[in-house]
Amino acid sequence: MAKDGPTPLERFIQGILPENPVYRQLLGMCPTLAVTGNMKAAMTMSGAVLFVLLGANLMVSLIRGLLKPHLRILVFTLTIAAFVTVADKFIAAYMWEMSKELGPYVPLIIVNCIIICRCEVCASKQGPVAAAADAVGQSLGFALALASIATVREVLGSGTWFGIDLGWRAAAYDNYKLVLMALPPGAFITLGLLLGGANWMASARRRRRPQA
Amino acid sequence: MVRYLVQAWLVLLLALGFGAALAAVQSRLGPRIEQNKRDETYDQVPRLVAGAVKERTRELKLKIGGEERAVYKAFDGAGRHVGWVIKAAGQGFADVIELLIGLDRRGETITGLYVLENKETPALGNKIVEPAFRGRFRGKPTARPLKVTKKPPRADNEILAISGATVSSESVTRIVNAAVAEFKRALPAGGGH
Repeated sequence: MAKDGPTPLERFIQGILPENPVYRQLLGMCPTLAVTGNMKAAMTMSGAVLFVLLGANLMVSLIRGLLKPHLRILVFTLTIAAFVTVADKFIAAYMWEMSKELGPYVPLIIVNCIIICRCEVCASKQGPVAAAADAVGQSLGFALALASIATVREVLGSGTWFGIDLGWRAAAYDNYKLVLMALPPGAFITLGLLLGGANWMASARRRRRPQA
Repeated sequence: MVRYLVQAWLVLLLALGFGAALAAVQSRLGPRIEQNKRDETYDQVPRLVAGAVKERTRELKLKIGGEERAVYKAFDGAGRHVGWVIKAAGQGFADVIELLIGLDRRGETITGLYVLENKETPALGNKIVEPAFRGRFRGKPTARPLKVTKKPPRADNEILAISGATVSSESVTRIVNAAVAEFKRALPAGGGH
């Protein structure tokens, strides 16, 4: 049991880029498209996902010996829902404005496939250290992906980054109509281009090292 | 039956445990969330009515348009009645827009406007939340209904629309007009004495 499966360090590193949840696994697309209009919302969402994924992965890893195959998904969902509710209440209590901006997308973390996928792939098979490393790595990968999309969309669509005016806000708004980037189509366009870029880089690397 | 229970003991136990934990979280954070909701209105009172003090604001029930509604009576530091804050809601471009409207003592002048809730188009319609737009309502008399224009206003009942968001601008103005008219009818003669 102990020897099979990647080590905690491998789990951690894989989540960030090689198995990035958004760019490589194409999971969690709903928040990726919905809350990347600006950096603040994207980073709050990433923080909430880190909390839920860490909590769920640890919990599932600790009770993995008790799981029955046909009831495991039920246990995952129950665990995830509990941590999501805590995150949702916490944001509503201490970050009221952000809670209004994120709206239903915090409760919707319950159905975010990244989390149930990590419970299934890693936490239900490996110990708590590997599960925690996996949760942190995957969450960092998710945060990185959201940040890349939110940066493009906020800078082009609103002329700001993290709400800080970059000095060309009026131009972005009125002359070039890049406001599209802040709207839902901007999310699809940005994700598509960045995803294409990531795939292109991956295939370029494969061509250079055909054996890998 | 017993077989099912034996199989599901982990699920049942977890559900009980999580339920208890969430009840604890709710009892700790619930009051704070309620407070956030209330503060959102009370925090705005000094910004909507000049001189008003948040702590002295009193919530009243007035019969407006046939139903009991909460209005906020604003007082200054010396306890003098300085104005009113009313809540109003109506259809916007995307979804319901919820507003707070500040009025003077007699409801004759708009002293401020705040958007509590809106789902207007980001970067276009949702510019209604920005002070630049909300400020256009400050100081407007309520004797005549307000009207949206696309050119710089000339009459004192004209509001300059947000470019690219005429529907949202008109929605806000319509909600303000309706709410102010109803409130003035409900206000006892002689204003706030």
